[in-house]
Amino acid sequence: MSFTPDIRLFSCHYTAQQSCTEGGSILRELNFPANITMTRLACTGKIEETDLLKAFEDGADGVYVVGCPLDGCHNVKGSQRAAKRVASVRKALVEMGVEQDRVRMYHVERGLHPEFIAVAEEMDALIRSLGPSPFCRKAA
Amino acid sequence: MIVAERKPLAEILKMVQDCKRILVLACKGCVTVCSAGGEREAEILASLVRLGLQKEGKEAEVNTASLVRQCDKEYIDSLDQYKGQYDAILSTACGVGVNFIANLRPAEHVYPALNTTFFGGSAEQGVWKEMCAGCGHCVLHFTGGLCPVARCAKSLMNGPCGGSVNGRCEINAETDCVWQMIYDRMGRLERQQELTASAPIRDWSSSGHGGPRKRVREDLTV
Repeated sequence: MSFTPDIRLFSCHYTAQQSCTEGGSILRELNFPANITMTRLACTGKIEETDLLKAFEDGADGVYVVGCPLDGCHNVKGSQRAAKRVASVRKALVEMGVEQDRVRMYHVERGLHPEFIAVAEEMDALIRSLGPSPFCRKAA
Repeated sequence: MIVAERKPLAEILKMVQDCKRILVLACKGCVTVCSAGGEREAEILASLVRLGLQKEGKEAEVNTASLVRQCDKEYIDSLDQYKGQYDAILSTACGVGVNFIANLRPAEHVYPALNTTFFGGSAEQGVWKEMCAGCGHCVLHFTGGLCPVARCAKSLMNGPCGGSVNGRCEINAETDCVWQMIYDRMGRLERQQELTASAPIRDWSSSGHGGPRKRVREDLTV
């Protein structure tokens, strides 16, 4: 059975700034997966664990965060903080018996580099292999 | 402050598995400061409980609220506004808060979301260390302000024991030997001579071995 995952991306404004130019047409031209919904943040350090969990509550099959390299954040420690929060949610998923790779952190150079597309494709392939979110089971 | 940490999720989910309406109740006291049970942690826990129950095919309404403290009757009284709205309160306070709710709301279910661990302080961001055992008989004036009851693995009164190596505890090599610290500090303060006096056999009756302790200040009980 074909499965198109619902994937949510939270990205640093600086990392993703070129992705929104010309109405996002650049991303489409570069084959950025259409099933990934992007939310841009002023800094990934702004992200809270509840944002990541809420995405799962809203039906996401996978969630990932793209922020600056660990030593290259515009706000110094923003992407480090984001990585810690992603790690905390990964730990909580394990506690619930859910694959921790349903949530991931990536550190990518600022601007629209090939890596931005590559990690999107990697996440898409990973979530397709994991299948639908176990949180979407209907209430008995 | 009282330091605590969240219980394993499986344990929490088991407590509330049959509840349809759950109030995750944060405390703005110590557990907020130690990032275990404040409003932020309560929001995270509420989301985790919703997801955990959802995964088991169960649906529940899980909301959050907070009290200034859960260890004072006046604040517990404000729970009246939620009367009849929830099957259970999942408290993110320390054990004191859970006890207070259980005492004052005899007909309501209250569950602990945290394990209360110790009295301590924040050594650095994200790190808390035990500093006091609440033993009821403080000896800090003899030991340069460093507590051998809480910080020595053996609670020795005439330390150090023979097991410390290079200033580290034999029970846990990551832990500083507090008696080494006491000795060094008393030396810096030119009070090392005081350590030659033997501490007498300790009376532990103040430390809770006689059952729950209680303090009354008559001048305040109007």
